[in-house]
Amino acid sequence: MCLGVPGRVLEWTVRDEIFGRAVVEFEGVRRECQMACVPDAVPGDYVVVHAGLALCRINPAQAELTLRQLHDFATAADRSSLPAAPSEAG
Amino acid sequence: MRYVDEFRDVGRARELLEQIRSLATRRWVLMEVCGGQTHSLLRYGLDEALADSVELIHGPGCPVCVTDTAVLDLAVAACLRPGWVLAGFGDMLRVPGTKLSLLQAQAQGGRVLPVYSPLDAVEYARLHPQLQVVFLAVGFETTAPATALAVLEARRLGLANFSLLSAHVRVLPAMDWLMQASVRVQAFLAAGHVCTVTGFSDYHAFAARHRVPVAIAGFEPLDLLQAIYACIRQLESGAAFAENCYLRAVVENGNPFARRLVDEVYEPCDRSWRGFGEIPQGGLRLRPSFSAFDAEARLAGTELPHPESTSCRAGDVLAGLLKPPDCIHFGRGCHPDTPLGAPMVSSEGACAAWFRYHPPAVEQQSADV
Repeated sequence: MCLGVPGRVLEWTVRDEIFGRAVVEFEGVRRECQMACVPDAVPGDYVVVHAGLALCRINPAQAELTLRQLHDFATAADRSSLPAAPSEAG
Repeated sequence: MRYVDEFRDVGRARELLEQIRSLATRRWVLMEVCGGQTHSLLRYGLDEALADSVELIHGPGCPVCVTDTAVLDLAVAACLRPGWVLAGFGDMLRVPGTKLSLLQAQAQGGRVLPVYSPLDAVEYARLHPQLQVVFLAVGFETTAPATALAVLEARRLGLANFSLLSAHVRVLPAMDWLMQASVRVQAFLAAGHVCTVTGFSDYHAFAARHRVPVAIAGFEPLDLLQAIYACIRQLESGAAFAENCYLRAVVENGNPFARRLVDEVYEPCDRSWRGFGEIPQGGLRLRPSFSAFDAEARLAGTELPHPESTSCRAGDVLAGLLKPPDCIHFGRGCHPDTPLGAPMVSSEGACAAWFRYHPPAVEQQSADV
């Protein structure tokens, strides 16, 4: 139900604060999606689409960071250090 | 596909599995909240690969499964009314109601329209002014922005023949309910796509309140392994805080545009969850300013079937108290073709996931045939 599929924004078809739409491509399949939640998206951006609505833009820098971290800690020699809770937590 | 394939990298997954195994000094109990995560964990065999380090309990995050039978019965009644059409997500069609599923109602002459987007139902209503179109709005916070948009579109178009049956549910109150019910969960993998909308600022207080680690998790194997690793790292060090492991899609305060859409159209309300009972603030209902689109009001006075007792133990499965293969009906009286309850129907239901990825032995399936 909460399935979200990443797709690439190709072009805006309707510019509107609430009812804006754009064509999004999912592995060659194109579909017009609602863009109310990602008004700043530009062609080339990837968005997560759920039930025809783009829910968020995918942050490429954060995706890259995650993959790098995964690589680093998968190959790290020292795995003994454990995190402290962030001070703002709670 | 970009942002999917690289998070399914088998080599990195193997390394992460090894990391998790070497980190865990005991077998920890984690609950993945979302049914999409359940399917991913079982599909890639992560539950079995980590069986010595982690027990994964499947959570209630299948909106189709927790939708109250009374709402479904109302939807069935709506589709059987002359001149009425019930529009909804395909997942809902085979869920057993008290007497009928929507698909069975369709076979009896009911009008049912499966849609991909709630806006498709609005468009159908616009093109068919002679019909009353009811949209069955199920889903967590992930889906609420799309259905809110549909209501706003219907208002913009001035449609008098579109209404919405709100069965939306909110995930954090259900997690609170589970902790208060003393379900033996030691850490949560929180639902990543819910958090794209809501953010996770409320999860800090939740983690502190229950002294339970929470990792916001995506849906691909590496996302899930990363979140499992984060939970175990916290558990091993005695920490309990909310940690975002789905950085590419989730930020602290969620999506302000999506939240604004939801807040404009809906307000939190107490809601009965199938298998759980009433969960305080566990749902969303239309605000009074949108009462003109409230299908429940249009259907007031509809005679509904009396609830019947069922031997389905969906409630225990959804609360993480019973694993699907431990249910006496699993693969016997209950089968995807003849489901006793919603978790065997939905593409996100825990029973359906088990049936697909850990099918019961043939002898067992045929024993009762």
